[in-house]
Amino acid sequence: MGAGHGRPGGGLTLHHAGASRVHRAPAHLKVLALLAFMLLVVAIPGDAGWAPEAYGVAAALVVATVLVARVPLLFVLRRMVVEIPFVVFALLVPFVAHGPRTTLPVLGLEVSAPGLAEAGHLLATGTIGVAAALTLAATTTARDLLAGLARLRVPALLLEIMGFMLRYAEVVTGEWSRMLVALRSRGCEPRSPRHWPALGRALGALFVRSYERGERVHLAMLSRGYVGARPAREGAP
Amino acid sequence: MHVPDGFLDAPTSIATGVVAAAGIGLALRGARRELDDRTAPMVGLVAAFVFAAQMVNFPVGAGTSGHLLGGALAAVLVGPWSAVLCLSTVLLVQALLMADGGITALGTNVTLMGIVGVGAGYLVFVAVRAVLPRRPAMVVPAAAVGAFVSVPAAAAVFTLLFAVGGQASVGIGDVAVAMLGWHTVIGLGEAAVTALVVSAVVATRPDLVHGARPLLAASTLEIRRPGAPAGAEVAG
Repeated sequence: MGAGHGRPGGGLTLHHAGASRVHRAPAHLKVLALLAFMLLVVAIPGDAGWAPEAYGVAAALVVATVLVARVPLLFVLRRMVVEIPFVVFALLVPFVAHGPRTTLPVLGLEVSAPGLAEAGHLLATGTIGVAAALTLAATTTARDLLAGLARLRVPALLLEIMGFMLRYAEVVTGEWSRMLVALRSRGCEPRSPRHWPALGRALGALFVRSYERGERVHLAMLSRGYVGARPAREGAP
Repeated sequence: MHVPDGFLDAPTSIATGVVAAAGIGLALRGARRELDDRTAPMVGLVAAFVFAAQMVNFPVGAGTSGHLLGGALAAVLVGPWSAVLCLSTVLLVQALLMADGGITALGTNVTLMGIVGVGAGYLVFVAVRAVLPRRPAMVVPAAAVGAFVSVPAAAAVFTLLFAVGGQASVGIGDVAVAMLGWHTVIGLGEAAVTALVVSAVVATRPDLVHGARPLLAASTLEIRRPGAPAGAEVAG
């Protein structure tokens, strides 16, 4: 159960260990680069004639970064499933959007012409965004990210909260999965609405346990001389 | 569902980013007042709890499943300021380390789920609590109504943002109907789960429920001796 204690974020985040140039780049630069890159991609006008080329260049940049980082492409592709609900929405846009109608060459369906272009824009920016964010997540450890955000002047208290959340997320989710095993072994089927009351009580118990763990952690910190701010870690930037 | 990159145009995304930063700034101050030097570990652990609770899927029909957003739940359990920080932290971690929700849409997501979801949920909760009888058990229905309203409220604000900076020529009426209709259904699930969790905590540790504190009678230590008549108290 202690797996998450040593490395904040442990197995929950999408880090893919490596020593490439992308892995070693300072985290604050990576976050800024991702933000600037995505602002540029979002700013590409979807109806411009050169938009497909621009999206192609952006996608090629992401793929190149993944290759330089020596992260397997499959590792990134497999985790792009978070995008699926959004893809469904984008595919619906041509059917509900206004504007002149056009006929799809393959299926013979009548769809909105501007809606079709917008769906392409949404899909392209969304996909590039997920792939680029995955690249950041795959090449940056939680600890590096926190140090990078500190350099970007993110308030120290917020970073401390993030640090605690990452440190204990795996402990709390691990506790939850053990509670689910216990529920299932007593014949509870968590997916069935009939068993929601049991699930609700279990979640309530999980809250009480998390809260009490927070109190214990705070007392342990006080007993080690905590005065309201975490001391800088030795060797950390 | 988190708003991804490219859904709203850059000016809208930047404006919501400013709103989100201001909201988090206020919440940091407010949480310091609520929790003092306990802020970091307590909010961090409750954020981890919200993160775990969001992994609980419940079916909403048609083969899809929704999950708890937890804004109203966190506001009732730990107070509105800490709840804003919890939700924002979860969204930050999801965007930066799990690629869930676009980085340019991070401000939008924090504004919608962190600030509007928590704010609307908590305000409705306080309003309903004020009209119900003053008993700790009444926290449960108040929390349910707050949770129910919080989801469509966030959807309504999203519809407004979409009207200002949407990147698709879908009629704003259609968006409003689809968003509000769908999120009212999700709100029902949110209300059910929130009520169940809050009632479980109120039953076992009412002192931990921030929203129940004004309703708890000050309890005095009572020492009962076997054999003494029921209700006989020993002074000191």
